[in-house]
Amino acid sequence: MEQVAFYGFSALAIISALFILLTRNLMYAAFGLFLALVGVAALYVLAGADFLAITQLLVYVGGVLVLLIFGIMLTRPADERPDAASRPNRVEVANQRRFWGILIAVVLFAIFSFTILAGNFALVGDVLISRSTIRTLGVELMTSHLLPFEIAGILLLVALIGAAYLAINRTPSA
Amino acid sequence: MIPITHYLVVAAALFSIGLAVAVTKRNAIGVLLGLELMLNAVNLNLVAFSRHDPELLRGQLFALFVIVVAAVEVTVALAIVLRVYSHYRTIDPDQISELKK
Repeated sequence: MEQVAFYGFSALAIISALFILLTRNLMYAAFGLFLALVGVAALYVLAGADFLAITQLLVYVGGVLVLLIFGIMLTRPADERPDAASRPNRVEVANQRRFWGILIAVVLFAIFSFTILAGNFALVGDVLISRSTIRTLGVELMTSHLLPFEIAGILLLVALIGAAYLAINRTPSA
Repeated sequence: MIPITHYLVVAAALFSIGLAVAVTKRNAIGVLLGLELMLNAVNLNLVAFSRHDPELLRGQLFALFVIVVAAVEVTVALAIVLRVYSHYRTIDPDQISELKK
């Protein structure tokens, strides 16, 4: 049962990621990212990270993805190419870049797979079994990881102010 | 109990596809989608290794901070993309090449 769930959600994540790679419509790509993120959250649950899966759903699906879709809608490129006539010698190179990008990805995946399969990990220690991680995470965040926690808070504040400052008043003349 | 190698292979596949997306998309937001995929693959690795550390869960804590930084990154990047769009009327990275001229 666990195997079926693992391979099903892995297939969901990887197929959605491939859909993002192959589609031309950016909005469809955002929905593909939604499916991929849900698949990864399910893999977190299967690895015993319940709190992290909920955080993934809240932050990525609830926040980042909505933000990305707003960005896509606010920056729609013009349908027609008005400058096509002024630059008649312009050569489209999308196909070539697509070829090289996919080739690099395939080579990288081959290297990763070879390394992982040759690595033969032998891990010592107990394995997490069906116990909620919230208590451990909370205690660790408030004791040994307090400084990174505070720095993350300050980083979020700085990003909030910086993003608001950058995005507001986009046309200074108006 | 799924062996850890399977998690690592799935994460490697997601990372490679994310890299391909980030390289091939002709849109700054498409590049951001690829970056999110790559960060998720890294998080999957951290969570998979953290399964063997049930007392301290250091991998999961690190993954939590990675999620925070990813949220910050996408917020600031989208603000910059909006500024670039209002200035150049396009967000194709190939066409924003004024410094080369």
